[in-house]
Amino acid sequence: MTLSKMNASMSLSRRRRARKAFRAESTYHATGVAIALFFLAPFAITLLASFRHGTEARLPPLPPWPASGISLDSYRSLDTFGAGVWQHTFNSLLVSLATVALTVAVSVLAGYGFSRYRFPLKNVLFVLIIATLMIPFQSILTPLFIILARLGLNNSLFGLTLVYVTLQLPFSVFMMRNAFDAVPKEIEEAARIDGARDLKLLFRVLMPLVLPGIATVAIFAFLNAWNEFLAALVLLSSNEKYTLPVLMMAVRAGRLGAVNWGAVQAGVAVMTLPCLVVFLLLQRYYMRGLMAGAVK
Amino acid sequence: MAGPGPGKALPVRRRRRRSQWRGLLYIAPAMALVIVFFVMPVLFTGWMSLHNWPLLGSPRWIGFNNYFRMANDARFVSALRFTTYYTVIVTIAIFAVAFPLAIFVEKHRRFVGAYRTIIFLPVVVGLASASLLWVWLANVDSGFIGPALKALGLVEKSPNLLATFDSAFFTIIVMVVWKIAGFTMIILLTGLQAIPPELTEAARIDGADRWQRFRYLTLPLMRRTIALALIISVTGSILAFDQFYIMTSGGPQNRMISVVYYIFNQSFVSFNLGYGAALSIALLAILVIISVMQLRLLRIGEDRP
Repeated sequence: MTLSKMNASMSLSRRRRARKAFRAESTYHATGVAIALFFLAPFAITLLASFRHGTEARLPPLPPWPASGISLDSYRSLDTFGAGVWQHTFNSLLVSLATVALTVAVSVLAGYGFSRYRFPLKNVLFVLIIATLMIPFQSILTPLFIILARLGLNNSLFGLTLVYVTLQLPFSVFMMRNAFDAVPKEIEEAARIDGARDLKLLFRVLMPLVLPGIATVAIFAFLNAWNEFLAALVLLSSNEKYTLPVLMMAVRAGRLGAVNWGAVQAGVAVMTLPCLVVFLLLQRYYMRGLMAGAVK
Repeated sequence: MAGPGPGKALPVRRRRRRSQWRGLLYIAPAMALVIVFFVMPVLFTGWMSLHNWPLLGSPRWIGFNNYFRMANDARFVSALRFTTYYTVIVTIAIFAVAFPLAIFVEKHRRFVGAYRTIIFLPVVVGLASASLLWVWLANVDSGFIGPALKALGLVEKSPNLLATFDSAFFTIIVMVVWKIAGFTMIILLTGLQAIPPELTEAARIDGADRWQRFRYLTLPLMRRTIALALIISVTGSILAFDQFYIMTSGGPQNRMISVVYYIFNQSFVSFNLGYGAALSIALLAILVIISVMQLRLLRIGEDRP
């Protein structure tokens, strides 16, 4: 009698605890979904709204999805700005991919040099590269403009790429030196005995071992070059050279006082989607870089 | 007679000398870029700042006159004041959002990884794209925020968010928090995860309530992480440009001109290149002072963990 009562009360309390846990769990996820909505909604609204008909582009996105059928009108009107959206996407891609390639090449060599060789002023030079982080590039744009002009690289995508590569170097050289430092010396010695030296050793033996570091360096180089605005605005002066963010200023300014909001939505979609895709695919390497930067 | 001695030493020394040069060879491309596109421009900025340097025509040496001009430049002073105001407010706002988020995503629950990823998404898009996106969302007729408030019946007429200083400033703060909070959250999360769970458990057994545990355990243990997140937020905010240029073009009554924006205007709109360089040196000095303070602040965290 008493035993069964006790059992009942126990199962009651257990049930109460389970109910409480369930309630805490639901509150947690309700909050989580609300937060996720806030961070996701601007992307979703823009992307969905960019597929509305041209006639709807001026209207507020209520509802945000294309209510009267999907259309590419917004992308077509984006194409009427500057030298066409393909050209500017191509410029942005060219600059970003060239920045990735050059940053990786330069920082792998430098990271290898700093990790494996001894030479005079080594530490001074390393600190010099890292110290450029302290100085904002925004404060040296004018001389950059003049130096690039002297080198015959004014208004050139290659000149802009060189500037972007330089901006990436402190982080990338630091990353790559650490990556090479983490490779055990024994592997290198074994390879040396087998006759691999210097560049051959670097490319054949060490490169595969520091690949994760290279991935991190490449992602940051890509995202920063793709997204950079101020330097591109200052250093590029002719229409057909503009990268996407600079092109979007023309779209933002509008024509005859009217902004084509459809083109703005399409432009935002074109600019943000590659970043989101790259991040989602290579999240692991991105976070590694972030942690390395934070721990430093 | 003495032959074998130097004969043995020579190849070793030669090899070492050769490997020295090789090391320099490997870092040469990086050094060349840093010197041509960073060291030289910095020195050049200092040199230009001592000149009256028009876009066309030859520069004229004027000593420190640009710096005297800066001290009496009311627009520069107001740019400095606005940048400071923005930095303080946006940093507080970012922390007020990022800290609870970090605590939220620290728990071991299902989907917590998805929440982290989603909150982080805006970090990886450009500030220019984010500004453009929000300038549309905030538009009075074609945007989302105003018309949605009206559709919900919360306001009678869709408000023009970017028309007055306060509402435009608020919109920009919300945009920047949306864009940056995920980054600060991840930094803070690494700090939270570094706290040994035994300590929290011990404090709980000792009867410390949630707030006490946060105030007397979590916060002190996270000092270094918080300092780091603070510094990244402050230095980033001082250099703010994109959001003001794109969202408000300098704002209602030119009240949203940040320091970088003012340098941009002086150098590339008015073409006072010398004066722009002097302003840049001032900005550079401010940033270097903050960087030095940053190192000190981080060291304090090290001394008393």
